[in-house]
Amino acid sequence: MEHYLILSSIMFFTGIYGFITRKNMLAVLISIELILNSVEINFSVFNRYLYPEGMEGMIFSLFGIAISAAETAVAIAIIINIYRNLKDINVRRINKMKN
Amino acid sequence: MEFTLFILAIPLAVFLVAGLAGSRMKPRAAGVMGTVGIGIAAVLSYTAAFFYFFKIGNGKTDGAFADVVPFSVEWLRFTDKVHIDLGILIDPISVMMLVVITTVSLMVHIYSLGYMEGERGFQRYYAFLSLFSFSMLGLVVATNIFQMYIFWELVGVSSYLLIGFYYTKPQAVAASKKAFIVTRFADLGFLVGILILSFYTGTFDFGALTADNALLVVNTTAGASFLGLSVATWAMALIFMGGAGKSAMFPLHIWLPDAMEGPTPVSALIHAATMVVAGVYLVARLFTVYVFAAPDVLVMIGYVGAFTALFAAIIAITQTDIKRVLAFSTISQIAYMMVALGVSGFGGHGGLGYMASMFHLFTHAFFKALLFLGAGSVIHTVHSNEMSAMGGLRRYMPVTHITFLIACLAIAGIPPFSGFFSKDEILAAAFHHDKVLFAALWIIAGLTAFYMFRLYFNIFWGKKRHYEHTPHESPKIMLFPLLLLALLSCVTGAIPFSNFISGDNIPFDTHIEWGVAASGIAIAVVGILAASSLYRKGDSHAVRHLINSLGNFYQATLHKFYLDEVWMFITKSIVFKCVSTPIAWFDKHVVDGAMNRLGRGTQQLSSAIKGFQSGDVQFYAWVFIAGALIVTALALVM
Repeated sequence: MEHYLILSSIMFFTGIYGFITRKNMLAVLISIELILNSVEINFSVFNRYLYPEGMEGMIFSLFGIAISAAETAVAIAIIINIYRNLKDINVRRINKMKN
Repeated sequence: MEFTLFILAIPLAVFLVAGLAGSRMKPRAAGVMGTVGIGIAAVLSYTAAFFYFFKIGNGKTDGAFADVVPFSVEWLRFTDKVHIDLGILIDPISVMMLVVITTVSLMVHIYSLGYMEGERGFQRYYAFLSLFSFSMLGLVVATNIFQMYIFWELVGVSSYLLIGFYYTKPQAVAASKKAFIVTRFADLGFLVGILILSFYTGTFDFGALTADNALLVVNTTAGASFLGLSVATWAMALIFMGGAGKSAMFPLHIWLPDAMEGPTPVSALIHAATMVVAGVYLVARLFTVYVFAAPDVLVMIGYVGAFTALFAAIIAITQTDIKRVLAFSTISQIAYMMVALGVSGFGGHGGLGYMASMFHLFTHAFFKALLFLGAGSVIHTVHSNEMSAMGGLRRYMPVTHITFLIACLAIAGIPPFSGFFSKDEILAAAFHHDKVLFAALWIIAGLTAFYMFRLYFNIFWGKKRHYEHTPHESPKIMLFPLLLLALLSCVTGAIPFSNFISGDNIPFDTHIEWGVAASGIAIAVVGILAASSLYRKGDSHAVRHLINSLGNFYQATLHKFYLDEVWMFITKSIVFKCVSTPIAWFDKHVVDGAMNRLGRGTQQLSSAIKGFQSGDVQFYAWVFIAGALIVTALALVM
């Protein structure tokens, strides 16, 4: 069980690190996917080892995967629109809304 | 008696019409409208007086005049017991005041048609006169002390507006402000007094306050005291303070001489005959409470009145502005009425002072209005208020001369003119009650005769003068009120006043006490003869000799005992410097300072932290995660 949790921890913090440091929006999006996936691994693992008689964790994982797919589609659509309008997908420079 | 409501409603309607639409009316039309309006109110008042005194007033079995309340609405409700009503109270003194006010007001309205002809703001003048009449009538018929206070302030406002009628004249503006501020200051005491009284008794109603010998006040305030004086004494003394302000008692009299800056008919109406007696009326209205709950205040009223009367009479002797002489004589005569109330007991012959006070109020209103209107007639011709610009006018203005003489004889207390009868009652009441006050009043009677005849001789006799324009008699419309008021000054003394008005509303009989009356007549004659010998021939050596021998005392009197300067010193040097300036400093530096510093601090704080909102999403995420980590760490440690 520890190995699974170590893997998910590594994925989670890699995601966090990428989310904070990447400038490219696509890279930020990928980092968010990493975080979500690490969470879903945790759900499945805890379900499998702690409550093997139940299925809630597994179903929640499936549910999360579906949500993240939808979220990714929306996010990519937004990024494409931003790129069309601003010719740029650098997070730090997308600050037109600030003023 | 429901028609009495119209006595109030008509002047109010005239005020609204003349005030709102006056600029679109012809001046003459506004004047006639006002005159007709007050004329109708006067007729209604006479009708009310007739019905009250001869038909329905004598309803009670013990022969007392009962109070009639033909109209009353609840205006403000605080609790079931405490509520402010607006209504009309008809009782002997309010009916008497209705007659006095409407009569004098009607005379002044007619007179002003001539006197104010061609003045700018003629319509405004009549609007204000109607407002004043309305407020004063509302004051006298008030059913409760709070309604009285409301109209009391309205009267103050209309007085302010009329004193400042010539608003382009700086002295008039200053005088109007002075009158308003001084009386407002006094009204502060009045209000506090009302609040104390109603706090203990739980009512504002005159009927409830005075019922059963003011039993309610005596019972509810029993035992309560403050600074060694009973609460009832405090309340009644503070209420008297309001009355002292309006009625120009020492030391709150300073506004009245200056109020003479207003048009002369206004001085006659407001500052001689009606408004200034509001203080006397107030004390008379609450007389039962004064007698039974606060007799010590009544003693104080007597002495304040006597001092004021003497003080004003002495000043009146040296003034050279004829309207100011009349102003000080007004102060003196009103103080006379106050003394009469102060020496009065309750009921029967002991209540002679109360009756005498109201009687003097009644007669004084007519002859003092006559004096002012006569003076106005003289000023109208001579175009000056100064005695030095007059002299020998009896040849040019016979009617004014005769009517003025009648008024002078009336105020001096020479029979058979009205002033003699009322003054004699006051002297008799004082004689039986307090010999010191009697002596003071007796001397004042002599002084009154002296200064009135000094005025008379200086205007109408004296040396022949050469006038640039030959003086002429005033137009008929101004002479008619003079003649009518002169007639009233002759006959009103014959009214058996005690049959109508007394402290307990039970009529009683009076007779002239010839001992007192003879002494009063004697000193009045002495005063007249002294004035005659000094002033009849004009600028005499004897006068100058007298002035020189009096020296500083004369100067002090001429400057009204420097009372204005004392008040100026108190307000400027003490109140402004010692109280207002520190308060202003505190307000500027502490209150304002604290607020400013708070504002500036908020601004600085916000500019310090506004860098956080950079729009950089990743920075937000960083902060969020750092926060989450810190919370986690804390949770683990705990």
